[in-house]
Amino acid sequence: MKLTLRIWRQSGATGRLVEYPLDDLSPDMSFLEALDVLNERLVLAGEEPVAFDHDCREGICGMCGVMINGVAHGPQKATTACQLHLRHFEDGDVLTVEPWRAEPFPVVRDLVVDRSAFDRIVAAGGYISVPAGSAPDAHATPVPKPDADTAFEAAACIGCGACVAACPNGSAMLFTAAKATHLGVLPQGQPERYSRARDMVAEHDALGFGGCTNAGECTPACPKGIPLITIARLNADLLRAHTSRSDR
Amino acid sequence: MPFYTEGSPIADQRVPVGPIESRWDLRRFSARLVNPANRRHRSVIVVGTGLAGGAAAATLGELGYRVKSFCYQDSPRRAHSIAAQGGINAAKNYRNDGDSVHRLFYDTVKGGDFRSRESNVHRLAQISVEIIDQCVAQGVPFAREYGGLLDTRSFGGAQVSRTFYARGQTGQQLLLGAYQALERQVDAGRVEMHPRTEMLDLIVVDGRARGIVVRDLVSGAVSTHFADAVVLATGGYGNVFHLSTNAKGCNTTAIWRAHRRGALFANPCFTQIHPTCIPISGDHQSKLTLMSESLRNDGRVWVPANPRDSRPPNDIPEAERDYFLERMYPSFGNLVPRDIASRAAKNISDEKRGVYLDFADAVERLGALAVEQRYGNLFEMYQRITGEDPYRVPMRIYPAVHYTMGGLWVDYDLRSNIPGLYVIGEANFSDHGANRLGASALMQGLADGYFVLPGVIGDYLADAPFEPLSEDHPAVADTMSEVRGRVKTLLAVDGDRTVESFHRELGRLMWDECGMERGEAGLRKALERIPELREEFWQRVKVPGTGAQLNQELEKAGRVADFFELAELMCVDALHREESCGGHFRAESQTPDGEALRDDARFCYVAAWEFTGAEPVLHKEELVFEHVKPSTRSYA
Repeated sequence: MKLTLRIWRQSGATGRLVEYPLDDLSPDMSFLEALDVLNERLVLAGEEPVAFDHDCREGICGMCGVMINGVAHGPQKATTACQLHLRHFEDGDVLTVEPWRAEPFPVVRDLVVDRSAFDRIVAAGGYISVPAGSAPDAHATPVPKPDADTAFEAAACIGCGACVAACPNGSAMLFTAAKATHLGVLPQGQPERYSRARDMVAEHDALGFGGCTNAGECTPACPKGIPLITIARLNADLLRAHTSRSDR
Repeated sequence: MPFYTEGSPIADQRVPVGPIESRWDLRRFSARLVNPANRRHRSVIVVGTGLAGGAAAATLGELGYRVKSFCYQDSPRRAHSIAAQGGINAAKNYRNDGDSVHRLFYDTVKGGDFRSRESNVHRLAQISVEIIDQCVAQGVPFAREYGGLLDTRSFGGAQVSRTFYARGQTGQQLLLGAYQALERQVDAGRVEMHPRTEMLDLIVVDGRARGIVVRDLVSGAVSTHFADAVVLATGGYGNVFHLSTNAKGCNTTAIWRAHRRGALFANPCFTQIHPTCIPISGDHQSKLTLMSESLRNDGRVWVPANPRDSRPPNDIPEAERDYFLERMYPSFGNLVPRDIASRAAKNISDEKRGVYLDFADAVERLGALAVEQRYGNLFEMYQRITGEDPYRVPMRIYPAVHYTMGGLWVDYDLRSNIPGLYVIGEANFSDHGANRLGASALMQGLADGYFVLPGVIGDYLADAPFEPLSEDHPAVADTMSEVRGRVKTLLAVDGDRTVESFHRELGRLMWDECGMERGEAGLRKALERIPELREEFWQRVKVPGTGAQLNQELEKAGRVADFFELAELMCVDALHREESCGGHFRAESQTPDGEALRDDARFCYVAAWEFTGAEPVLHKEELVFEHVKPSTRSYA
């Protein structure tokens, strides 16, 4: 099949879209494999290949992610760019491929952006403080199955940044809320529950991510379908953090 | 023609003397300690942030050491441990089904086909129970039953249910636990994190590992980092086969460069081929995707009884199907170990046809909802890749390269033969022998990172701090200039073939001659062809761009160049080991039934190879089995 890719190329402060017609593609290829085909061709022509982030190509490492025709990770729901296959496009389609756009995610080169801001949000409090060796027996505290399932659902976040790219405010609230929910609904996460919410949100704001206005664009773009209600949970914890002194 | 020479055997593995159950206690007691106040004056470099490296960096930080952590990904959370699906073993015996530390130890030694070191494996089984405690306390959302207790399932090579899991994303959840612990130490200022940074060489000064040379993958700057000890946790080398279930970036460079600096490389030919992966769909294939072994709890593997039967699977009546694993191995059935299932699949089918993994029985017995709860994300992944619905049509699967049991040689303390160089997780060779059991990689990575390394590294660091180093030191300057020269050469060739095309050709050769079945003639052919291909690589490879930028082609070129050298050593190792064991199947050494035939009289040893630049030198570590008597593995 044939596709035309209009790809954002950037090596300095500014970039531009460059058009690349591709034929001889297979519908069984993944979107990233189509970029591989293009890059091999560019290298042989002595041109610089398109830089893009990717690693596991199984939809779990969270390294890949591009806007395809303005949609984070492309048109297929709950699917990362590496798991998106060309069978979901029409022969002859023209696709505009751009990096995530958000102030705290500066473009490094072409489609590669710097997402280290996410690590800083986690470092600010997205953990349970339990040094190795200090844990009680795993069955010491039973966890109700529904709580474990809610925690898992939120913990499935892969940290790809699609929520930020999709949000009109460039907010990382879904990412932050996913971590706060994962740890906050488990009994093990209670002692730091409110300080965690407060500190992660403070770091989120300090890094320049926008505020959440419930636009609701993040969940549909999320390849793991993290539900919007996680943000409500975070807000409830945040309110409690600022109105009680239980964990100051 | 001799293709290797034999050197002195490895005399000392530093295994404590005493009953096997107390050896770990004895070692922790005999190991010297570093006073807590002095730990901040001792520094450790940890390369790699998967389960082993992430856990080690976090734990060493918690202990108060000064740690520098490195990964090539943009965040430590993305290391390939994240993709492990099925679960993690632990001898908790929560099921009351007869499990114990000794049984996990026994299963692992037997599963490894009697080519691992008993003392290390026993320690692994002992520590397994602490790992589950640690991970639960960190908030890892393991699957639970309605009473709130942890659920478990069975994995290959075991008749008890000891595998803890978080749907099909166990590796992800365990890694996030380690990553969060690591970020806590970053925030506390005890770990300095260097993402998008690749180790390109090891700095050895006066016989001690003292640092690494790295390239900043964004700016291209080559620089040095020094420390009192270096820990490599850089994973396996399955990508030598080009197509594998590894992430695209997984590579051998860190351990291969350490090998070139003197570290012994043990059992490089021990490769695990995983039986249940999604088959190749065309020449464009960039990687292979695993379908978790846990699927074999409920899925049944079959092929059409008539190999020429081309009907769609659902049109083939029950009587014309061959459930070959259940037929050949009635007591373990579909849950035989990976090496056995892979070879059986290969013998009965081929890459194009694959074999079926069928859930029709499970859907009928449990209902589609229960099947979805157990395996939903795996089914979705399968559907995304193949466009087929596994709830209705049996999955089509075929074996693929998945894990490498071989790696740098380490002693009981996980220290290589270079003082100050520790190797943990998949990067070392130590615990899995010739075949790793399912759900044991996560166990080993976390055991090494949270418990083993932090428990013994103090013994070495007690002698530190060592002499301060600068880039003017001759050993450092030499290593730096070698790295810079290599980068420059790769860019200067400016030939007419892509890195990818070389990698593909090398991978095909390795899959054909050093893959699931190895024979003398094929290995000799590969040993002729690899040097030719490597020569061609250095004459014809084309790497555009410069070294002073983000240059992904340059990264790949460096990695593939090292795969060429490793590939040759793998073939040497496979050729010299004239027996079959575990994942290493020599066509010349099989039973009348086509099963692996070990030769304990000649090959009951670890083959640790020394780099010389010419024929490698073999150092043997004899394996002694005091507790699990080597027998013919039988799963029938």
